[in-house]
Amino acid sequence: MIEGLPALYIFMLSAFTGYEVISRVPVILHTPLMSGSNFVHGIVLVGAMIAMGKADGVLELSIGFIAVIMAAGNAVGGYVATVRMLEMFHTSKKQGAK
Amino acid sequence: MAMGLIIDAVYFITAALFIMGLKKMSSPVTAARGIVWAGAAMVVASLVTFGAPQITLNLANTNLQLMLLALIIGSAVAYISAKRVAMTDMPQMIAMYNGMGGGAAAAIAAVELVKLSAGAESHGLTVQVLAVLGAVIGAVSFSGSAVAFAKLQGLMKKTLHLPAHQLMNIAIFAGVCVLGYLVSTGQPVSFDYVIWFFILSIVLGVMVTLPIGGADMPVVISLFNALTGLAVAFEGFVLNNAAMIIAGTVVGSSGTLLTQLMAKAMNRSLANVLFSGFGSDGGAAAAEEIEGSMKEIQATDAAVMMAYAQKVIIVPGYGMAVAQAQHKLKEMEGLLEARGVDVKYAIHPVAGRMPGHMNVLLAEAGVDYDKIRDLEEINPEFPIADVALVIGANDVVNPVARTNPDSPIYGMPILDADKAQNVIVIKRGQGAGFSGIENHLFYADNTQMLYGDGQKAVSELIAGIKALQ
Repeated sequence: MIEGLPALYIFMLSAFTGYEVISRVPVILHTPLMSGSNFVHGIVLVGAMIAMGKADGVLELSIGFIAVIMAAGNAVGGYVATVRMLEMFHTSKKQGAK
Repeated sequence: MAMGLIIDAVYFITAALFIMGLKKMSSPVTAARGIVWAGAAMVVASLVTFGAPQITLNLANTNLQLMLLALIIGSAVAYISAKRVAMTDMPQMIAMYNGMGGGAAAAIAAVELVKLSAGAESHGLTVQVLAVLGAVIGAVSFSGSAVAFAKLQGLMKKTLHLPAHQLMNIAIFAGVCVLGYLVSTGQPVSFDYVIWFFILSIVLGVMVTLPIGGADMPVVISLFNALTGLAVAFEGFVLNNAAMIIAGTVVGSSGTLLTQLMAKAMNRSLANVLFSGFGSDGGAAAAEEIEGSMKEIQATDAAVMMAYAQKVIIVPGYGMAVAQAQHKLKEMEGLLEARGVDVKYAIHPVAGRMPGHMNVLLAEAGVDYDKIRDLEEINPEFPIADVALVIGANDVVNPVARTNPDSPIYGMPILDADKAQNVIVIKRGQGAGFSGIENHLFYADNTQMLYGDGQKAVSELIAGIKALQ
């Protein structure tokens, strides 16, 4: 169980981590990175699955159903979009080696 | 109990892999690996979640059947759309996937709150407050991203101001706050309040995004990206899920930083982007006097100029992306390099529709990223460049940003293309740019205009250079 002060610590440390990780990113990777971080919050899929698992009745099931569809879309779409963008980056060195 | 341990362990590794993946994405060399790491983490985390105590792992169970169906539908639709979309349309796709994530976070909160209204046992005030906060943020991100998508896709008018827009927004926000308070402190929670709370939150997202113009959209999408991360983190607290808390918070903070960087590059504060429409107060700026006149150049002459140059700097802008001229540019670059000309690309932080968007488009055409320079790197090189080729860029090369304190873009960092020996501007026609501000660069003595569609103009330049061989 994560609650109280430990929860706050996790929140604070994660916040600093996110800030530090991105502060070294060159401008050319900003759009792929935004897409990549968009993919990372696709982890909401895990929560959507849990919410769906414990849903009772038509209303909760419907909301859970929509939640899983959207979360899966976030994760899969975010992944494919990011991979497609990153595939395009080549270096002269690599091309020379080919 | 053993299953619980396994799940916790996997979530722990997932969080670590996400952070390492994001870090790898910070360098072009390792970026492609970074996303694969994060992807592997996501797959394992989703699979292990089937073993969670809340999920009945029995194919006869309706919840599980529907869950699998939803997984297949969501994944298939997103996979196909992400594979098919053109690179120029990527920003609105990111907006859409991001909105879906925000919607999912809000929906998780909705399931929890509906359960509470049906008399389920509350897990305490803190949990209820966090569920409500995540719900507002997620719902605003959801509907706001949908509006952003519609605008960039051209389905909706660029800006829309309703009468007394700010007042209405304040009223709606106040309504969301009151309902949020009632829902988060309710014991039991009123079902009607929950419904109205969600409706108002969704309306708030729409209303906030409606007046924002296309030029500011990247900042807004980035902001919604950060907000979705935060919403996911809050719902992670509600579901007591460490992977969601850490991944969501990391995205929340990194997204906030990215948003600030973008707003700064556009010389706008975030408040300015959100609460005022760009250009709606302008118009007066167009009346000012401009010295000089626009001089036209033919493609053949421009080709000669570049072919015998030592150093050419290409400044691509959004117009280049619209004309899909990046492949032609790459071809031209090859021809010039074969003649020993040093070719570089100068990218303004907000070129294209998002920071880095232009780099992606150039990368798509096969341009090496080590030929691409950002603003600070390239500006000292303009004075020693023989030719600056501006294609489809306007405001980001307008020297007014340096010289005229009255201009709306005064103070914005710009590419000093005007300092090159010669400037060739490829432009579809005469007239002001996106912001409606006259560009003094076009009237400068060393500037010559090459009128025409970007792709066609570059094709003509290529033909001109080839003719010299």
